[in-house]
Amino acid sequence: MADDSLFEFLHMEIVSHIFNEQQSRKGELDNKDRAACISLLEAMGFRVGQGLIERLTRDTPSFKDELDIMKFICKDFWTKVFRRQVDNLRTNHQGTYVLQDNKFSLLTQFSGGKQYLDQAPKYLAFSCGVVRGALSNLGLESVVTAEVSIMPSCKFQVVIQKL
Amino acid sequence: MSRQSNRTTDSKKMNSELFTLTYGALVTQLCKDYENDEEVNKQLDKMGYNIGVRLIEDFLARSSIGRCQDFRETADVIAKVAFKMYLGITPSVTNWSPGGDEFSLILENNPLADFVELPDNHSTLIYSNLLCGVLRGALEMVQMAVDVKFAQDSLRGDNVTEIRMKFIKRIEENIPAGEE
Repeated sequence: MADDSLFEFLHMEIVSHIFNEQQSRKGELDNKDRAACISLLEAMGFRVGQGLIERLTRDTPSFKDELDIMKFICKDFWTKVFRRQVDNLRTNHQGTYVLQDNKFSLLTQFSGGKQYLDQAPKYLAFSCGVVRGALSNLGLESVVTAEVSIMPSCKFQVVIQKL
Repeated sequence: MSRQSNRTTDSKKMNSELFTLTYGALVTQLCKDYENDEEVNKQLDKMGYNIGVRLIEDFLARSSIGRCQDFRETADVIAKVAFKMYLGITPSVTNWSPGGDEFSLILENNPLADFVELPDNHSTLIYSNLLCGVLRGALEMVQMAVDVKFAQDSLRGDNVTEIRMKFIKRIEENIPAGEE
């Protein structure tokens, strides 16, 4: 139904809107303002992730364990949301996972190289939220962060919170 | 239907949900940020405009449609090519004004509003107003100034969703001084 590019256009505009709004309210943005914008984007992504995982796992059988869930996220969920599978999953088997996507769909429009690296977090916050929301509805509370060293390759770090 | 196409349909549907859910999250956030529906409608229109001015390039690149001869052709391209390409629906083009400068797009269903219900305290919210901005922005980039608004909205109780588009004027291209 809706074309893939529509989400990308919408996402770019949402990021732009949130930062511009903050800027027009506060003038120059300090780190606290930037963090507030990033949190907002992450929170939006969280709700979307929750909704998406519900629809995606309607008919799937329940998961055996945490690793099973993470593999599902890396394969089925990533394919549905980011149109490819995670390239590399690493874990310390103690609740920390690193998901590496070498061609992250929301970063492919950026120039390669270091020029815009500092802008990348703005465009990753929503996706971190999506992953965190998905995990939350699967029963796993987590902290999800992302880092980019070379565009468009991206590493998502998921730390499962033990209750 | 082969299994192959089922998978494609599923993945397209999922991406549709990503877009629909993200749009819903956006509208929800705007309703929190702004006090009244009128302001949210304006913001949606503005954001749509920003998307539209970029979307048109993507559209022209992917559709290889040439310049439209008149507004009627524009209407057909919007309904049959653009809406189909981006939203997977083909609205019908109706209600032409006698002067041929105004028409309606009738959407039987609106993908942006899947699973959406408007709460009572937001009766004047034009949920899909982003679309109006997108159309306005996109057409401005091909030298057409248009006015776009929702005449009917199934979210607000109407049977169908109707977008009314009115041609205002042709925008002259600005030629830099010294070049003729």
